[in-house]
Amino acid sequence: MSRAPAAAETIRARTRLRLSAALLSGLGLLALTALALAVGKYPVAPADLASILGHRLLGLPVRAPATAETVVMQVRLPRVIAALVVGAALSAAGATYQGLFRNPLVSPDILGVSAGAGLGAVLGIYLGLPVAPIQVLAFLGGLGAVAAVYGVGLAVRRHDPVLTLVLAGVAVGAVLGAGISLLKVLADPYNQLPAITFWLLGSLSSVTLGDVAATLPMMLLGLVPLVLLRWRMNLMSLGDAEARALGVETRVLRPVLIASATLITAAAVAMTGVIGWIGLIVPHIARLLVGPDYRRLLPASLLLGAGYLVLVDLIARNLGTVEVPLGILTALVGAPFFLWLLASGRRGFS
Amino acid sequence: MAPRPGRRALAAALILLLAASGGAAARPFTDAAGRTVELPERVGRVLAAGPPAAVLLYTLAPDLMAGWVSAPHPEALPLLEPRTRALPAYGRLTGRGGTANVEAVLAAKPDLIVDSGSLGPTYASLADRVQAQTGIPYILLDGSFAKTPEAYRQLGAALGRQSAADALAAEAQSLADTVGRAVATVPEDKRPRVYYARGPRGLETGFTGSINTELVEAAGGRNVAQDGGGRLGNVSPEQVLAWNPDAIVTLDPAFAAGLSADPLWRNVRAVQSGRVYVAPLQPFPWFDAPPGVNRLIGLRWLAARLHPDLFPQPMPDVVRAFYSRFYHVDLDAGQAAALLGGTATGAPPGPAR
Repeated sequence: MSRAPAAAETIRARTRLRLSAALLSGLGLLALTALALAVGKYPVAPADLASILGHRLLGLPVRAPATAETVVMQVRLPRVIAALVVGAALSAAGATYQGLFRNPLVSPDILGVSAGAGLGAVLGIYLGLPVAPIQVLAFLGGLGAVAAVYGVGLAVRRHDPVLTLVLAGVAVGAVLGAGISLLKVLADPYNQLPAITFWLLGSLSSVTLGDVAATLPMMLLGLVPLVLLRWRMNLMSLGDAEARALGVETRVLRPVLIASATLITAAAVAMTGVIGWIGLIVPHIARLLVGPDYRRLLPASLLLGAGYLVLVDLIARNLGTVEVPLGILTALVGAPFFLWLLASGRRGFS
Repeated sequence: MAPRPGRRALAAALILLLAASGGAAARPFTDAAGRTVELPERVGRVLAAGPPAAVLLYTLAPDLMAGWVSAPHPEALPLLEPRTRALPAYGRLTGRGGTANVEAVLAAKPDLIVDSGSLGPTYASLADRVQAQTGIPYILLDGSFAKTPEAYRQLGAALGRQSAADALAAEAQSLADTVGRAVATVPEDKRPRVYYARGPRGLETGFTGSINTELVEAAGGRNVAQDGGGRLGNVSPEQVLAWNPDAIVTLDPAFAAGLSADPLWRNVRAVQSGRVYVAPLQPFPWFDAPPGVNRLIGLRWLAARLHPDLFPQPMPDVVRAFYSRFYHVDLDAGQAAALLGGTATGAPPGPAR
């Protein structure tokens, strides 16, 4: 008789705990965002920042210098928004792919997205195109690579579909990587080659409001199905036979999930270049914090990824005059933290 | 008895070989890296190991060139000496990412390989390796801008073109001296602060001490990118706004054209005052890429852009004289104007001929 109320009490307590955890992470993210807007290489006084934001949000009269307004609205704001969205998106895509392929070593570029997007961007730089077509080529390259991999997966029927996709992704990625190397060899070593190298390293340094506006709809288009289908991912991660036995149509669900995660990744890479490690490590950190249930894992990955990339970018643009490429910092900051969390081993891993 | 004629032939061949090697009397030559290389008495065909050496070699001895490192741009062809236009491209022979095919290099039968650039141990040992592998003498010259006259004299000695080389060295020296004397009159704090914009978004730059920005200081400017350890690197738009440079130099006309409409750039002082300078590119870029003797005319050009009052001589005349002397082509007035088009102070360039 006393067991049922006690269980209900436990559930309520857990719900409260989860709500407060979500609220706390939300507040933390907000504070981090505010800090990211306030700090940078161009000094903007806190009063000016408040005046600029007050003007934009509440229509108050602006009393800040024009350049400070440019810095906040045209440089920092798009950068912070892009960091939030790209961090969240790459982490969600990583979590999705890891469940989909039932493999903890999988990252968002498993199906050749980054290699395809990289080849598209490098081709654009090699041809001397302006930035916008370079980004379009990168986006199309990423989608094209995954379409090719998926086409191979459909054509090959004799093997395990998941294994086929992963192997096809490795092979297609290798071919595209060779294409990138070929263009690097052909490129002008004094002008194009450094540009290609810097592009491939990944950076948020030149994200504009236009980039954000063009990329955001695609990100949302990819994120919404992932969030809505997150409880089905639990079933997908059991394997095809079990998922089907539980009534999940894997032949429909898998392409939807792959398409969504690919769209996100291709859009992110087209805008920022290749930012490695986030999509691999953040889902694991989230898993160590909230467990393997995708109903919680996916939101946790989104929040952690967003905060993590804002933090890393904050470091990247304040460390020195030279911008440190993000891929380097995500590995330097993320991997040791991940190892520490792994060693402290508080939660089940899979 | 049977092997006798064979043996006699062998002996004759040996004697001939000795005579031949004696005839080509190798002479020792010490290059800028301090390596002593045996050079043939007469150098007939020369191959450049990298783009800066190709430009150096072209200016001194276009008739000796065995090939280009990379094929000239189609727009460069009318501005090159006719017989060099169709020379084959062999690729880079040195450094990381050398692309030349060694067999193709051997098939070209050069008497000498010339490289110009860094003299560090990496490049010296690479030169030794290429020389050991191909059996072709390989000399390394100092590629820094200040050592241009010396590089000319050394190359002249190696090629047996001493008087022509001395003349070019003297002209290079006088050009640098003229600019140096003129800009020395400008106090340090009156010199324009210059940002060198590279890459598709213009956010890649060369920091002070990098070979890519040597011209900025030589032309009487101050590089805003100070503390990057002399390398190329990426900077944020916020950093450019914080620097707020007086002038911007770029190689990319498309980038320059979009600046005044770009919310990130339009508030930069250089954009607002119209001091965005696009370096001409043909047949060899004036400012950088490669950082070779092609920068000589770029020095004069940038100095005149940064300090117009110090250099009253009309720029087209300077360009025509330089191209005739160093690049072996006589430009007409239209060609000189078209070259300067992106940076002319007056109207935009007329229809290209």
